[in-house]
Amino acid sequence: MIPPAFTYRRASSADEAIALAAEYGDDAKYLAGGHSLLPLMKLRFAAPSVLIDLGRLPELSYIRDERTYVAIGALTRHHDVQHSPVLAAQIPLLAHTAGRVGDPQIRHRGTIGGSVAHGDAASDLPAALLALDATFVARGPSGTRSVQAAGFFKGIFETDLEPGELLTEIQVPKPAVPAAWSFQKFTKRAIDWAIVGVAVQGHAIALINMGTTPLRATAAEAALASGASIADAAALAAEGTSAGSDIHATKAFREHLARVLVKRALEEAGARS
Amino acid sequence: MKVELTVNGKDITADVEDRTLLVHFLRDVADLTATNIGCETTSCGACTVLLDGESVKSCTVLAAQADGRSVTTLEGLASDAGEMHPVQKAFHEEHGLQCGYCTPGMVMAIVSLLRENPSPTEEQVRAGLEGNICRCTGYHNIVKAALSAASGVNP
Ligand SMILES: Cc1cc2nc3c(=O)[nH]c(=O)nc-3n(C[C@H](O)[C@H](O)[C@H](O)COP(=O)(O)OP(=O)(O)OC[C@H]3O[C@@H](n4cnc5c(N)ncnc54)[C@H](O)[C@@H]3O)c2cc1C
Ligand code: FES
Ligand code: FES
Repeated sequence: MIPPAFTYRRASSADEAIALAAEYGDDAKYLAGGHSLLPLMKLRFAAPSVLIDLGRLPELSYIRDERTYVAIGALTRHHDVQHSPVLAAQIPLLAHTAGRVGDPQIRHRGTIGGSVAHGDAASDLPAALLALDATFVARGPSGTRSVQAAGFFKGIFETDLEPGELLTEIQVPKPAVPAAWSFQKFTKRAIDWAIVGVAVQGHAIALINMGTTPLRATAAEAALASGASIADAAALAAEGTSAGSDIHATKAFREHLARVLVKRALEEAGARS
Repeated sequence: MKVELTVNGKDITADVEDRTLLVHFLRDVADLTATNIGCETTSCGACTVLLDGESVKSCTVLAAQADGRSVTTLEGLASDAGEMHPVQKAFHEEHGLQCGYCTPGMVMAIVSLLRENPSPTEEQVRAGLEGNICRCTGYHNIVKAALSAASGVNP
């Protein structure tokens, strides 16, 4: 299986990448780790005629402690997020989640920015970033803007990024109690995407694969805020979700998993903090 | 496009289609056929090689992405005098293979794992090999081989 033919262009700076994207327009796609895009191209689900490789932009690969938040360059690989001492101390949920993505080979290639820009509701990092109230920084021909995670994921593989806009940085506020986290991922086999997953930080609960985008379990969060027990809040975990049925699980089974995993996650986050 | 890769210490320059996958570059251009193709969908790990010293699945990397970088395949592990790498020796000693199809990828994945974590626990070895599928062995002897290579039992 090989991808359909395309022209390969390598950007040597973020500005050059944005200029190339403007030059080629709709025909072009950015290539980061390639671990979502190349598999899609092999299956002919995507056939861009130009790939703009971001793989040689060390300026976009970093993890920096910025006092109230941690700034992560979009091209930072899952492997580097997983092993970051800054994140292990300040935002362990994120370091742990990166370590649950795929397998070591995938984590040596895939990037946090690629995961976010791809906008797959079954992905792990977008949900963790949603629970952490992250902000995404995007740069395009007309300047730089910031988007809250809560307004970023729009639909099936659809995000707030405009065509040609480059995601450059992910800003993650430091949680008040870093230890109050949990990540639950239900899979049938190693390296699979979650059938359902849950990321919890404090009282923020994000769900993986319970709709067309990563979602906050708002009913369960509201119940916790008004003093409900973990068991009573977790019982509301599937409210307002729109899980689908597929070969892996029915909608009803996904809703059951959401309730069970949210309960486990809240209990674990509580026990850790 | 013209690409130049250092493969097992040797510079190889070639004119390839932009869409050429690293695994095809290695097998068809560099003529190094130890690296196998299993699933072609990033799932089985048979095509694992080292890119700048780290394990990657070469069916999901473009030759263009590896341009100017260094690749190690199974053929590059033994010493110039032909002495096997400790991980290869451990596979031999512990009977870590049956049909051998997964073996090149398993060995490369373990070399990368041990570079990152020179003395892993059994659990860490199993987690570290999540991306490599074996249809024959049931994994036990592969895990044993990794652990014995790590402890220098088969130096
Ligand atoms: C076998 C397998 C198993 C996997 N398992 C999991 C899993 O369990 N959990 C999980 O979460 N993920 C999983 N993944 C996906 C993996 O995490 C990908 O690495 C990630 O989703 C995409 O990152 P990438 O850097 O490879 O992006 P690419 O594939 O290069 O790009 C993905 C998309 O984002 C765009 N893009 C990339 N970077 C930017 C940027 N900076 N600005 C704007 N647009 C950009 C590209 O144009 C493309 O449309 C798996 C992948 C494989 C192949
Ligand atoms: S052939 Fe590359 S992972 Fe299976
Ligand atoms: S030895 Fe046959 S697939 Fe592993």
